[in-house]
Amino acid sequence: MSSDSDHYETSVRERREEAVAAFDERDKGLMGRFHHALHVTPALVPLIVLIASIAVFGLLIGDRFFSPFSLTLILQQVQIVGIVAAAQSLIILTAGIDLSVGAITVFSSVIMGQFAFRYGIPPVFAVFAGLIFGLLCGLLNGFLVSRMKLPPFIVTLGTWQIILASNYLYSANETIRAQEIEAQAPLLQFMGTKFTLGGAVFTYGVIFMLLLVLVLAWVLKHTAWGRHVYAVGDDPEAAQLSGVNVRGTLLSVYGLAGLICGFAGWALIGRIGSVSPTSAYEANIESITAVVIGGISLFGGRGSILGALFGALIVGVFSLGLRLLGADAQWTYFFIGLLIIAAVAVDQWIRKVTA
Amino acid sequence: MDPILKGRNLVKRYGRVVALDHCDFDLYPGEILAVIGDNGAGKSTLIKALSGAVIPDEGEVTLEGRRVRFASPNDAREAGIETVYQTLAMSPALSIADNMFMGREVRKAGIMGKLFRQLDRTHMEQFAREKLNDLGLMTIQNITQPVETLSGGQRQGVAVARAAAFGSRVIILDEPTAALGVKESRRVLDLIKDVKARGIPIILISHNMPHVFEVADRIHVHRLGRRLCVIDPRDHSMSDAVAYMTGAKVPEGTLTPA
Ligand SMILES: Nc1ncnc2c1ncn2[C@@H]1O[C@H](COP(=O)(O)OP(=O)(O)O)[C@@H](O)[C@H]1O
Ligand SMILES: [Mg+2]
Repeated sequence: MSSDSDHYETSVRERREEAVAAFDERDKGLMGRFHHALHVTPALVPLIVLIASIAVFGLLIGDRFFSPFSLTLILQQVQIVGIVAAAQSLIILTAGIDLSVGAITVFSSVIMGQFAFRYGIPPVFAVFAGLIFGLLCGLLNGFLVSRMKLPPFIVTLGTWQIILASNYLYSANETIRAQEIEAQAPLLQFMGTKFTLGGAVFTYGVIFMLLLVLVLAWVLKHTAWGRHVYAVGDDPEAAQLSGVNVRGTLLSVYGLAGLICGFAGWALIGRIGSVSPTSAYEANIESITAVVIGGISLFGGRGSILGALFGALIVGVFSLGLRLLGADAQWTYFFIGLLIIAAVAVDQWIRKVTA
Repeated sequence: MDPILKGRNLVKRYGRVVALDHCDFDLYPGEILAVIGDNGAGKSTLIKALSGAVIPDEGEVTLEGRRVRFASPNDAREAGIETVYQTLAMSPALSIADNMFMGREVRKAGIMGKLFRQLDRTHMEQFAREKLNDLGLMTIQNITQPVETLSGGQRQGVAVARAAAFGSRVIILDEPTAALGVKESRRVLDLIKDVKARGIPIILISHNMPHVFEVADRIHVHRLGRRLCVIDPRDHSMSDAVAYMTGAKVPEGTLTPA
């Protein structure tokens, strides 16, 4: 049996050949440093694209685009997608996906409206009910994903249909008109309240979107929960072994995403003035688009929520810019499609760890 | 002397595979116990059953004479059992410091920590740097760099440093030198001896017989999901040990019968 111990010795000797990795910041060249910078600051690419696209459209169109009014108009136009993209980012960071976000958003807004108008519940409580509804939908998704161990894509493909169908059935496809809301329950339109700063026009919904993203970015970076979200998306088994409550983290992420969609539903009423069961249903695809363009990896564990905001803004800049240029709206989709593919290619490149 | 960590009649099945087959296990205070066995013998499953990563189908685990039922690795860690898993259990995209404190993050003092639950990064990074320096395994410049930018050996070093830093009762190392070069392996072996000198017992799973015979006080030979025997390295040769674990030879003069 000495052959066996010989074998062990050879394997030891073989390992000896492996260079003992030294660890110094060698000069990796410009590309290497850029690669490293992207690795550390994943929101850098979408930020550069955002600034570049604003600059290009600004040069092409001039003041009609490059004005406080137009630029803040973009903010208003992307606020719903921006808020939903924040929820989507959390989910995608855990290597999940949520197709039901748009459905939750619109049903939450419908509940706020119907509770106030059909049942005459005070608007404060109607809004509250809508938010709770969003939270519960998120928790349902979270339960199915974390406890039943069902794939997020399938779970939310199912809940998307269920919630959207329930939304039409419950609302009987009825729209609550803006004037009625303004007269009887103005709180529902609260997020649409405008104020100006110079030529810039903001709404509370826009402020909410910006604050939400900033707060979430801070929480993801500076709290244990935030680190756990990344760890779960990175490698759930490793996270579990190093003491992360994987199920609990997933449940909380889906729940929070649902709650954020509830807020998006509130902002939606502010944005369109009325309560319409047919609005915002495409927010799921739009939010995924924003997240992907924002450089968050669909494989989980990588990316920054700021990137998702930049992603939503890039889409907004392209739609407004191309519209002001008089181009066919299809060009927007054309360019967004290109950006999505480019973003995924960049993600693959960043993940390639040669640094 | 009573065992500090004891397993009795442990059974773990994966479908039709019986990874642990009525396995017994004893670790005594202050000792280094090596666990050797063929690939697939069930060594990793055994230490997972001891550290809460796997819940055994049958059998019981006692720590310092008290029955324990770990539902998760965190339960075991709270009881002072720290484990370096064979897979290392690290989040590649997160930093070295994040990984060292994963699941036991330190929050800032005062309102930022209590109310806003802000992490104390300065403290955690300082601590991580110290522990890696203690280990002398590597000259890591940047404790905030992602673990995936480290070599396999460096990753293993971080995992071992994490266990050594936090283990207070038992430290379990599942093939800690498998990806290491000679110099790095040496450091890990020295670290194991240091930990032992601190009075903390260690379970060391290794395929490297010279390492095992150098540091182990006793050797648990694992075969087909159970403990075949426990031998004293002074009474048996390396080739004997290999013969026992592959079934080529039947052990005699062992410390514990099967
Ligand atoms: N999570 C798992 N699922 C299915 N089978 C497993 C799992 N973990 C281990 N096994 C099986 O259990 C047996 C023992 O594995 P393991 O404990 O890893 O052995 P060792 O560490 O001694 O190489 C092997 O046959 C392995 O395939
Ligand atoms: Mg193993």
